[in-house]
Amino acid sequence: MNAITLTDLDVSYGDTKVVHGINLEIAEGESFALVGESGSGKSTVLRAIAGLAPDWEGRISVLGKARTHGIDRQVARHCQMVFQDPYGSLHPRKTIDATLAEPLAIHGLSNRGARVEAMLAAVGLDRRFRFRFPHQLSGGQRQRVAIARALMLEPKVLLLDEPTSALDVSVQAEILNLLKRLRREQGLTYLLVTHNLPVVSFLCDRLAVMRHGRIVEVAGVDQLKAGALTEPYSKELLAASGGHAEILPT
Amino acid sequence: MASTRDWLLDDSPTSRLQASLGRFYRIAAALMRNPLSVLGGLIILLLIVTAVGAPWIAPYSATGQDLANRLMPPSAAHWMGTDELGRDIFSRVVWGSQITLTIVLLVALIAAPLGLLIGAISGYFGGWVDKALMGVTDVFLSMPKLILALAFVAALGPGINNAIIAIAITTWPAYARIARAETLTFRNAEFISAVQLQGASPLRVITRHILPLCTPSMIIRVTLDMAGIILTAAGLGFIGLGAQPPLPEWGAMISRGRTFILDQWWVATMPGFAIIIVSLGFCFLGDGLRDALDPKQADKH
Amino acid sequence: MAPLVDIANLRVSFPTPRGRVEVVKGISFTLGRERLGIVGESGSGKSMTGRSILKLIRPPGRVTADRMTFDGIDLLAQSERDMRAIRGARISMVMQDPKFSLNPVMTVGEQIAEALVTHKKLPRRQIYERVIAMLEAVRINDPARVAKLYPHEISGGMGQRVMIAMMLIPEPDLLIADEPTSALDVSVQAQVLDIIDDLVRDKGMGLILISHDLSLVSRYCDRILVMNAGTVVEECVASELQNAKHPYTRGLLAAMPTLDESREELPVLDRTQWAGT
Ligand SMILES: Nc1ncnc2c1ncn2[C@@H]1O[C@H](COP(=O)(O)OP(=O)(O)O)[C@@H](O)[C@H]1O
Ligand SMILES: Nc1ncnc2c1ncn2[C@@H]1O[C@H](COP(=O)(O)OP(=O)(O)O)[C@@H](O)[C@H]1O
Ligand SMILES: [Mg+2]
Ligand SMILES: [Mg+2]
Repeated sequence: MNAITLTDLDVSYGDTKVVHGINLEIAEGESFALVGESGSGKSTVLRAIAGLAPDWEGRISVLGKARTHGIDRQVARHCQMVFQDPYGSLHPRKTIDATLAEPLAIHGLSNRGARVEAMLAAVGLDRRFRFRFPHQLSGGQRQRVAIARALMLEPKVLLLDEPTSALDVSVQAEILNLLKRLRREQGLTYLLVTHNLPVVSFLCDRLAVMRHGRIVEVAGVDQLKAGALTEPYSKELLAASGGHAEILPT
Repeated sequence: MASTRDWLLDDSPTSRLQASLGRFYRIAAALMRNPLSVLGGLIILLLIVTAVGAPWIAPYSATGQDLANRLMPPSAAHWMGTDELGRDIFSRVVWGSQITLTIVLLVALIAAPLGLLIGAISGYFGGWVDKALMGVTDVFLSMPKLILALAFVAALGPGINNAIIAIAITTWPAYARIARAETLTFRNAEFISAVQLQGASPLRVITRHILPLCTPSMIIRVTLDMAGIILTAAGLGFIGLGAQPPLPEWGAMISRGRTFILDQWWVATMPGFAIIIVSLGFCFLGDGLRDALDPKQADKH
Repeated sequence: MAPLVDIANLRVSFPTPRGRVEVVKGISFTLGRERLGIVGESGSGKSMTGRSILKLIRPPGRVTADRMTFDGIDLLAQSERDMRAIRGARISMVMQDPKFSLNPVMTVGEQIAEALVTHKKLPRRQIYERVIAMLEAVRINDPARVAKLYPHEISGGMGQRVMIAMMLIPEPDLLIADEPTSALDVSVQAQVLDIIDDLVRDKGMGLILISHDLSLVSRYCDRILVMNAGTVVEECVASELQNAKHPYTRGLLAAMPTLDESREELPVLDRTQWAGT
């Protein structure tokens, strides 16, 4: 069974169509990346899968079941999203505890206190943070909370929209390690949006290159590591981030 | 004392209660640093104490006439003098504080939640819901407040209760506008998307996540509006459409005193002072709250 | 030759509820007509250092230094009025996000022209020619058309190029670029930096490039200062960055994933070792 299948997916905002005819199959347990320049429609694809961009045509199925257009409580249990901006994705007037307990309350799950504590431990946050407000946390700590929130319902699929691009490299390393460990421990499927190819190389198995709302190339991460992407636009992206690699000690 | 304070300001609270008390304490502390808002708070406290303790504070009855002592100037026996029926003005002002406080509380209790809810629903759903609700709001907003209140009271009949309803009806649209504007700034925020994604119903998103963000600006606005509400109530009383005689409503008292304003200035002036002081108190407190509740303020460590 | 910029023991502090906190803790450096990179994580005081040179830190922030000169001028002794003559004309600054730095109700051409005429009186005809030439220099195709556009009608990358045109048209001696490309796509980043690089070399200007991106700074600068918590922890020649000695710098380098990543886990910084704040 595929975790996510997209068939001829078109997504529009009002009258403008921004994603054109996407076909994609992501296997369960796979970590898949969407890369491309900003405005190419990467976030839009994620939002359509999550149910936040309801104006789409084609077919989206999550864990084998076709999904409806709006937000769907059943899909919510299996498929959650982590947003890019750690400063805008946490409610400024709610404690970390309240933020993490909210999904449990919505789905009527019990034993909330213990689950929140367990999740804080899983994402590597000290118990001291439980009753703090977001403004008392650093960017990296907030992103850990955002990941924890997405995992509270024990989903199978995690949609990650540039989860580290607002963070410093050393903090990015911590979050990337965390994401890798969580996937290993919980058998998660990742669909990761990023414009950073080294991140793909570290965290993903396959990638799709998007441009102007279309997928121009799907490749395995080995091809990326070997610099063997075939499409001209993919090569351009590779060249642009190529310089990053060359100065590093190996 | 110091340990309570430390407990409240603890960077890593250990319970929900401690976290919210700590936040409350920080706001209160910020408020206490501003002398004007302390003054405003004291005035409002005084108003509340006076209203609650009126039977013990007022030396005379508010309505008992003493025609032998008509229009006496302020003296030791009558601190603010007496009016044209020989009633002690100080006692009437004290009793009148109950009416003022009732008006203010009821208007706040009716208009603020109504405006908040309508504004939040309008902003959250957008589309035709927004168009319909804001259309109604705009109709109310486009008419001058006092005239609209006058029309309502004229239709419902004069009296204090109708005056309160009329004022509440004229104040909610402004709150709805504010709440809608605030909601629009948050409705596409990622933290709202996140709760929607968890399967929260619109009702839950609005009441649990959007309204708490609108309330600080609403509290500030309502506090600042109190002065205007008191003045509108007094205005209605002044033209005889609010509280009816012999109720000691401050606006009505000024109205009756205006006939003697040149020879017996105290009859109209004393309740006038009361109105000015209480209005200023609310303004000062509102200004202080604006600084203390400002989210940017809260984000500084 | 005297250095273009000479700074000794620069300190910047801000009041907080817990007393004054220094965010730049006594840094010293000199700059010739070369390209200096300042790297470090966010909050390390890079922007504050850059803004100090232009005296753009407003009270209650406070700047002190034993020495702060620009081309022989003692910046510490300059009045606000004197500084206005220096800003733009002799030292320019490019900020992170063009969206917030461009005036939304003026066309691109007008804004660039204004940057020029505030510092130099020129006949109209000549101003227009200089504006078009400058837009060409930042590699904008069809400059005559773009000059007539408003900021919202151009993309982020183009906006940043317009900012650079604006900053460079008065021909300053020093350009301070504070995260000039952080809001841009990787592919556009390289274009914009190449443009800055060419112009700086052509005109023999000094450049201070502030960024959190080690590899980017090492590619476009001659010398690098690595900042952490308000202090300079390491100073080195750009080509020697991979041989950095300080554990903080090494930690940053190691934490970056590479294109051909094979590590199972990225090494993370042990913050307790350097934690200043
Ligand atoms: N809410 C929206 N309304 C209208 N257009 C939008 C909205 N969100 C994004 N877009 C447009 O859709 C396109 C794709 O955006 P997005 O998916 O965010 O790109 P990416 O994530 O690849 O940077 C862009 O041209 C953007 O301007
Ligand atoms: N107005 C201010 N008041 C107090 N602290 C400030 C102020 N502005 C900046 N800071 C602090 O100064 C430090 C350095 O900031 P900055 O130079 O902008 O860092 P960066 O290296 O990211 O550019 C930060 O920790 C920041 O919190
Ligand atoms: Mg995006
Ligand atoms: Mg900065």
